[in-house]
Amino acid sequence: MAKKPIGPVRRDFAPWESGNAKPFIEFRNVTKRFGDFTAVDNLSLTIYEREFFALLGGSGCGKTTMMRMLGGFEEPSAGEIFLDGQNLAGVPPYRRPANMMFQSYALFPHMNVEKNIAFGLRQDKLPKGEIEARVQQMLKLVKLEEFARRKPHQLSGGQRQRVALARSIAKKPKVLLLDEPLGALDRKLREETQFELMDLQTELGMTFLIVTHDQEEAMTVADRIAVMDKGRIIQVATPAEIYETPNSRFVADFIGSINLIEAKVAAKNEAATRLKAPNLDREIAVSQPTEAGVGDTVWFAIRPEKVRLGFDAPQNGAANAAEAEIWDIGYLGDVSIFHARVAEDLILKSTVANITRTVERPISWDDKVWLSWDEDAGVILTR
Amino acid sequence: MRKGPSWFNLTSLVFGFAFLYLPIVLLVIYSFNESRLVTVWAGFSTKWYGEMLRNQQLLDAAWVTARVAFTSATIATVLGTIAALVLVRSGRFLGRTLFSGMIYAPLVMPEVILGLSLLLLFVAVDQARGFWTVMIAHTTFSMCYVAVVVQSRLAGFDRSVEEAAMDLGCPPFKTFFAITLPIILPGVIAGWMLAFTLSLDDLVIASFTTGPGATTLPMKIYSQVRLGVTPEINAVCTVLVGVVTLGVIAASLVTKQQEARRQRDIRRAEAQG
Repeated sequence: MAKKPIGPVRRDFAPWESGNAKPFIEFRNVTKRFGDFTAVDNLSLTIYEREFFALLGGSGCGKTTMMRMLGGFEEPSAGEIFLDGQNLAGVPPYRRPANMMFQSYALFPHMNVEKNIAFGLRQDKLPKGEIEARVQQMLKLVKLEEFARRKPHQLSGGQRQRVALARSIAKKPKVLLLDEPLGALDRKLREETQFELMDLQTELGMTFLIVTHDQEEAMTVADRIAVMDKGRIIQVATPAEIYETPNSRFVADFIGSINLIEAKVAAKNEAATRLKAPNLDREIAVSQPTEAGVGDTVWFAIRPEKVRLGFDAPQNGAANAAEAEIWDIGYLGDVSIFHARVAEDLILKSTVANITRTVERPISWDDKVWLSWDEDAGVILTR
Repeated sequence: MRKGPSWFNLTSLVFGFAFLYLPIVLLVIYSFNESRLVTVWAGFSTKWYGEMLRNQQLLDAAWVTARVAFTSATIATVLGTIAALVLVRSGRFLGRTLFSGMIYAPLVMPEVILGLSLLLLFVAVDQARGFWTVMIAHTTFSMCYVAVVVQSRLAGFDRSVEEAAMDLGCPPFKTFFAITLPIILPGVIAGWMLAFTLSLDDLVIASFTTGPGATTLPMKIYSQVRLGVTPEINAVCTVLVGVVTLGVIAASLVTKQQEARRQRDIRRAEAQG
């Protein structure tokens, strides 16, 4: 794949921030029911041209149903879907300008690699020479030139994944739908392929919609992520916004690791809030306003890597701090995860990067330590 | 622990196989008998095979049987495949259980009843009995065997392959012929062969539904045997056994070879990583 710098393209790309960008894919109040089960519940979503968009959620959250409705394999029970201004209602899959890469790859077992890739082009009755040229181009793109005559069962999992990808982009669709495209690959290969997908998307200038349950995958590849649960979208934002300012306990908990402390609003003004948690001696100072009233129950959420760990009480009086006892240590090589028991019913996690090569760690089980964090390190969640 | 099979197992094995194959072996041996008398061995000869080839009635019956088997197997395969598709694909619909039950019923229905009811039907609609009535009757009962075989092939079918074809711009009807049929083809061919064999050796249903000029080989053999078994009949039967055995061996060899090649390819692909 081409090695031209894609940084500037990605850095400046944010059509969702400008109010007048034209939506490319639009779900308008879409509901999908299967019998009594509501898979997608009155959901609206806008995706822009050239965006790499991820639908993220656990199994049964409705993300695959959304994609299948866009592909034309399911019809919405209510609501409408627009693609590039066209209402897709009643348009069968074989007339939609979207192509899909299936989770199982769905390669045609009785055709070789070349014929698999050419299949879509042949349906459009393109001239023979053009089909051949495009197939060669695709084979080169996914680096499978020497496997052109192999049948799918003669390929490894990674090679099959590339054939499926080549086949789905051969027709240059307006949208490429990726249904858990890397689920069957091992970890190393998956990471490599994630970056290749990003490069490919920028190079082709297509809109990509990926469905995944893997939050790392979504965060790596996507411009924006929609976190879904029980047929609803909980939050749509960039990976960094999703991680640093989750809008609910569900999102905070689903993406990465989080410490959640239940607390009551003790005092507040336009710029800051003070929280009182029953199992913490000191009040928590947060440099963030909240719409919750004084006395309301809220949750304070803070990522483990933002919780500092030390033997001494923090000198800086403004910082939040709590005394704790080390309960558990998880050594992962690059980082260590400490479970520190602050109170009978409150254990806070703290991740510390292992910046020295000492095998003997200074902090050990049952050590008395101090946890501290800055006022802007955590967020207040009201739901 | 003792090695090898026990006495009991060995005895059962020998008796079992003897019970199954002794009659056929005897039939084959006596087809090479010089003597006219079936039970008296008078030396090796292939003259009954020559005799068989000169017997026009026998050859006519064989030709009728081949035509009936070929046509009925082909029609039964088309209908049986459609039935299997409906049963596997259409999910739940009103009367699905009844429909699937009715597809399977001929599998367990006594042939006499099937033959008789078909005869009554043909009489009722005043259809002259002959080649076509035998053919229709055979299609009726072999169709369900095809449906069962094709259904098992469809059960493990990944629907997303069809969806992928449609996604790439292929309409449903074309998808069936370009994608679905080639994938289930082994099952369809197996169903055809089963239907062909069933039609080939059916005596009961053919006897009920046949008419003048449409005597099948099993009927011919049966009527000749009633006049006394001749070594000629033994020769005909040996040829039949030979054809069926060769067909089965060829089919299993081809399948085995294909599977071995597939396994080798998969191992090779995985080794490459």
